[in-house]
Amino acid sequence: MDVPYTIEPRTDTGLYNAQLGVWLFIASEVMLFGALFSGYALLRTGADAWPSGSRHLAVTLGGVNTFVLIASSIVMALAVRSLRHAQWRRGRRELAITWVLGLVFLVIKAYEYREHVLAGELPSTNNFFAIYYTLTGLHALHVIGGLIVLAYLIGPGASMRRTQPVRFTHRAAGLSIYWQFVDIVWILVFLTVYLL
Amino acid sequence: MKSGSEARPAFWRSYVFSQDHKVVGLQYALTALVFLLIGFTLVMIMRWQLAHPGLPVPVVGPWLGARAPQGIILPEFYNALTAMHGTIMVFLGIVPLAVGGFGNYLVPLQIGAADMAFPKLNLASYWWYLAGGVLMLASFFLPGGAPQSGWTSYPPLAIVNQGGQTWWLVGMLCLITSSLLGSVNFITTIVQLRAPGLTFSRLPFFVWSQLVTSFLLLLAFPPLEGAAIFQLMDRLAGTSFFLPSGLVVSGRVLHNAGGGNPLLWQHLFWFLAHPEVYVLILPAMGIVAEIIAVNTRKPLFGYRALVHSSVAIGFMSLIVWAHHMFITGMGTTMSSFFQTTTILISIPSVVILTCLFLSLWGASIRFTTPMLFALAFLPMFGIGGLTGLPLGLAPAGLHLHDTYYVVAHFHYIVAPGTIFALFAGVYHWFPKVTGRRMNGPLGWLHFAGTFVCMNLIFMPMFVQGLAGMNRRLYDGGLQYTLDRNVVGLHLLISRAAWVMGIFQVLFIVNVFWSAWRGSRAEENPWEATTLEWASASPPAHGNFASPPIAYRGPYDYSAPGARLDFTPQFARDEI
Repeated sequence: MDVPYTIEPRTDTGLYNAQLGVWLFIASEVMLFGALFSGYALLRTGADAWPSGSRHLAVTLGGVNTFVLIASSIVMALAVRSLRHAQWRRGRRELAITWVLGLVFLVIKAYEYREHVLAGELPSTNNFFAIYYTLTGLHALHVIGGLIVLAYLIGPGASMRRTQPVRFTHRAAGLSIYWQFVDIVWILVFLTVYLL
Repeated sequence: MKSGSEARPAFWRSYVFSQDHKVVGLQYALTALVFLLIGFTLVMIMRWQLAHPGLPVPVVGPWLGARAPQGIILPEFYNALTAMHGTIMVFLGIVPLAVGGFGNYLVPLQIGAADMAFPKLNLASYWWYLAGGVLMLASFFLPGGAPQSGWTSYPPLAIVNQGGQTWWLVGMLCLITSSLLGSVNFITTIVQLRAPGLTFSRLPFFVWSQLVTSFLLLLAFPPLEGAAIFQLMDRLAGTSFFLPSGLVVSGRVLHNAGGGNPLLWQHLFWFLAHPEVYVLILPAMGIVAEIIAVNTRKPLFGYRALVHSSVAIGFMSLIVWAHHMFITGMGTTMSSFFQTTTILISIPSVVILTCLFLSLWGASIRFTTPMLFALAFLPMFGIGGLTGLPLGLAPAGLHLHDTYYVVAHFHYIVAPGTIFALFAGVYHWFPKVTGRRMNGPLGWLHFAGTFVCMNLIFMPMFVQGLAGMNRRLYDGGLQYTLDRNVVGLHLLISRAAWVMGIFQVLFIVNVFWSAWRGSRAEENPWEATTLEWASASPPAHGNFASPPIAYRGPYDYSAPGARLDFTPQFARDEI
């Protein structure tokens, strides 16, 4: 039994199912990170003194990571465009570049964590580091989740390109929306935790 | 051997890991009913301690082990019972039954769809729910016992307590994942998979209630997820999100970084938990509306008002949360804002209740078992709602906060309110699910006994609460002279609770007996109009023999001049 509107959009709503589903998921993610950022704002405004992020965190590495993630977002969008134009080989190459850039982000992030842990700066040190580890950690989990789905699209899930090319493009487009969201969250983290 | 190896995957795929919304709905419903029974059993044990403080618990006492030496409940265990009763009833019982059970089973049928939009997500959502439930229950067997900080898990207690709070938090993350998958699926299904002709203004009210509920689950649960992550960090990584500086626990200063804010938890928690109240009540209103329309044989009064009110409730429920926090000293400006929104949100609730009451006017009512429960829902929810108004006003709220009055108030909404609606739903849709009717006389007895006991349980609590009795006391208030006049009511309440437990046996017997021996029901035994009655009883995989088309609104009853007193949505011409 086939579910309708997985490929072609329903005429009166103008949407296919996964499109609506992804945006609803993003709405819920906005509420999740919204709650975490509100918690951060409340703790920071209520604190007697709050350490300056730029003095305690590796701003250069964070800045590099920001560019890495923005670059991966752009490449991801290009990949979706290539797939829409049925340029499969090019699309797959761009998906692979996105994946590698995501991995570079995680490696740099892991290096940052290592430096902090070696310097004795742990989540329990103070609430500044607590919020730093929580926000960046949850964000890193989102990057990992995105990379797993991306690896599936490049690897085992790629066979769908032959059987249902439009649906495959829909999948990449849905992942792209998520990837842009993860990118935006990182930019907010970088601005408010690293720089502010 | 060949047939055996073929039969086994078929069994697993049809009944255990099925993607059919009806099987998933039944899995949700049966699991949730078991959890409701567990939650009720916990409270029956608790009620013994309140009625007979310090005496050994009969029957189950010897099985309680170290938590209750010689069957006498320890204070820590009493706290665990309270915390787990609330958690199980709200998160593992009522919401999974109302949304996961009724919603999953009925929404695709009522919109004329073959299944949900994302069948695999549906399957996953059930298993996340079960995992969360098992984790929560397993915490009873931890060395420190189950969580002891109430279903609200307020810090600092929740963080410094030795009980199984960590398991509670991880279990809650599973439940939030489950409800996220479910709500995305429900909204997409309702928007995308409606049958031809079934416009939004022709949707049954039940589907509307599920749509609003799904939006609440989608948007209100993530802040609790964030809060749970903060609390997990506090418990596991030694952070101080919710721990203030210089906290003294059991006479010793806590060695933590400090600087946290316990109120932050309360804000994030109630940002979920107040919308959650409407998640508990909206599907119940949807069920009751359907049953009232069928059994009054006339269109619902004010369908558009019902829809608009439920959407208004959905929006407003996101800005009333801090009325749970008047006593925290958050300031009069905040209190004024939240008491205003709280009083405002009672308007759409009253509109819904009034519409349902007016639907009875001039009707030739069929007093079936589901209708009895639905009729009882109206005044019971009314009592629960009206007694909430004093709690929404800060001056009265300060006095009544944390007393048995609050317990009585929200139980009137959820127990004789929502649970009556859920019982009504089980009796009403049982013929659709099993192809057999439930036994009438047994249903009537179940209703009468439950109705009387419910009121004997919760009405006296208003009296106790108004007298000032605190609701969290291990000895039920014996230690305070101020409670002396009302402490005796505990005995009446407890006995009513145990008698009510006996009456639930009738329901369990009725369900199992009727499922195999009940009288056969055809496609549309209640002569109802909505699309689920166009499918076979029980519906086959794929639901409808041919895709249905909706030709009219959902409640076309007793149209003047028509030969029959109902015209189904799927009928092209009046019959």
